[in-house]
Amino acid sequence: MRHFLNITLALSLLLFASSSQAELTIEVVSGIDQQTRIAIVPFEWKGSGLAPTEFDQIISNDLQLSGLFENISPGNMLSFPSPDSEMNFRDWRILDADYLLVGNAEVVAGRLISEVELYDVPSGRQVMARRITAGPLDGRDISHRIADLAYEEITGIPGIAESRILYVTDFLNINGERRYRLMLADQDGAREQLVIESADPIMSPAWSPNGEDIAYVSFETGRAAIFMQNLSTGEREQLTNFTGINGAPAFSPDGTKLALTLSKDGNPEIYVLNLATRDFSRITDHFSIDTEPNWTADGQGLVFTSDRGGPPQIYEIDLQSGRIARLTFRGDYNARPRLSADGRFLVMVHRNDGIYHIAVQDLTDDTLIIVTQTQLDESPTISPNGALVMYATKLNGNSILAAVSLDAGVKYNLPATTSSDVREPAWSPN
Amino acid sequence: MKAKMNLLLAGTFAVLLAACSSTDTMDTDDSAMEDASARETAPVVVGTGNDAAVDSMAIPADQTIIGGSSVSNGGAMVAIADTTVYFDFDLSTLSPQTRAALTRVAAALRSTTGDIRVEGHADERGTREYNIALGERRAKTAADFLVLQGVSASRIETISYGEERPEANGTGEMVWSQNRRVEIK
Repeated sequence: MRHFLNITLALSLLLFASSSQAELTIEVVSGIDQQTRIAIVPFEWKGSGLAPTEFDQIISNDLQLSGLFENISPGNMLSFPSPDSEMNFRDWRILDADYLLVGNAEVVAGRLISEVELYDVPSGRQVMARRITAGPLDGRDISHRIADLAYEEITGIPGIAESRILYVTDFLNINGERRYRLMLADQDGAREQLVIESADPIMSPAWSPNGEDIAYVSFETGRAAIFMQNLSTGEREQLTNFTGINGAPAFSPDGTKLALTLSKDGNPEIYVLNLATRDFSRITDHFSIDTEPNWTADGQGLVFTSDRGGPPQIYEIDLQSGRIARLTFRGDYNARPRLSADGRFLVMVHRNDGIYHIAVQDLTDDTLIIVTQTQLDESPTISPNGALVMYATKLNGNSILAAVSLDAGVKYNLPATTSSDVREPAWSPN
Repeated sequence: MKAKMNLLLAGTFAVLLAACSSTDTMDTDDSAMEDASARETAPVVVGTGNDAAVDSMAIPADQTIIGGSSVSNGGAMVAIADTTVYFDFDLSTLSPQTRAALTRVAAALRSTTGDIRVEGHADERGTREYNIALGERRAKTAADFLVLQGVSASRIETISYGEERPEANGTGEMVWSQNRRVEIK
């Protein structure tokens, strides 16, 4: 079977490198109007030689990506304090800084240690002081942690700098054959790793809430099948092998169940697989298409796409009662729902006048806002802190990833630097 | 998977396929294009026989492509192991032209044995899993028609690839029309 020969399982720590690597880079499109001005001073490196990581650069990028911050350029700084220094706040008030972040780093007994302090500039008050330790090569992890600590201290919302994304790419290899890859990267596109590669399509990656296990659809057996895989060990298992569609996996909030779509009984219906017992329960029963399930935060219900009313719209089913309610009424095509963790916002693909956008519906009053302006936008996924939606769109003929805040105020693109199509982002649960 | 059958259809389809595409071999029938034009506003460019035009050619949904890599060059015998039929946007209905093509395929299949794969595809518009469902609907519609024409259902497997395996790359109706299809293998 050629399909099995074409599968490559990546070692979890092996950084993937090849000429067709997608390498995502960030391009900020817009941020909010009233940004917080923060001065992130280049870190003092207390070790010998060069610092292993540009800590302050990574932190600056992380904060800038949130769209809420404006970084003060080191070129404009009047002094370069470190945690050991006296802070001269006049230097920072002149620059109109709201916050000042200083830090240092060194390697002690084979561990990378970073001390960091955050100051409120107008009051001159220290609002955070931390010491973070990690492996000698984990400077990027330390930087993301510092960014998240500062972000949460200032905004009151958890940061997402430490989160990761799964996504699918495809490209034509040197023989002109299409290859499909499932990739894993930091949320900023850095440290891209290959999860799996195949000559057959890979689709619909989904995270378990444990942040370790993932599920996805692969056609490597010659038909669609759902696989589950552990990102650390690479261990994988085929969960389904039914005739017809095996698709759209979605882990329940407690991680014990998987909602999915099967057409084994004639047409696409939603099922729930109990991962402990391996029992399948059928959830929907309608001659139309029912697919793309996503769990409500309490695990008691599912939202899904159905064309039972004509064009596809989004419905919610209560798993106890089986009661079904239609949630979307604007636009002639609403599909692939994702619910925010607080249950308030429904994010979806929304078509109006033939254009596909990402839309956000506030379920408290059913107002719907369209948060993207591009075309063929699809596959929305919500950041773990509920602030951003990442999605796939088209740029210059290629599929790329982009992100937007739920209120549409913040936008950025992660265009791939090669001609691979990059699509179907799935944001990690934490 | 490909070409398990080696069906030969004595016939009128003098088909010569360019390696890059198979769109220059349509049997055209303007009278059958009403369904397509009612839904699609993009202009339909009918084959010129010029290879350079292949990439920019839209396929009306009622077109059928019969043939494959084993086509005999200029001969009277044409393989139909790989047959592709096309669909309108968001629809899985069979046009008269497609039904005629599937009738010919069924006739050939009735005189053979062996498994048949009916693969459904969608264009890139809309969500990926919904397009998997749409592709399956198209594949099942074509498979059901073959069964009605006397092909044993037990020989047929339907698979949907949704928008994951486009025949043509790019964006726009010219490309989309080539990707909304069912392939019989």
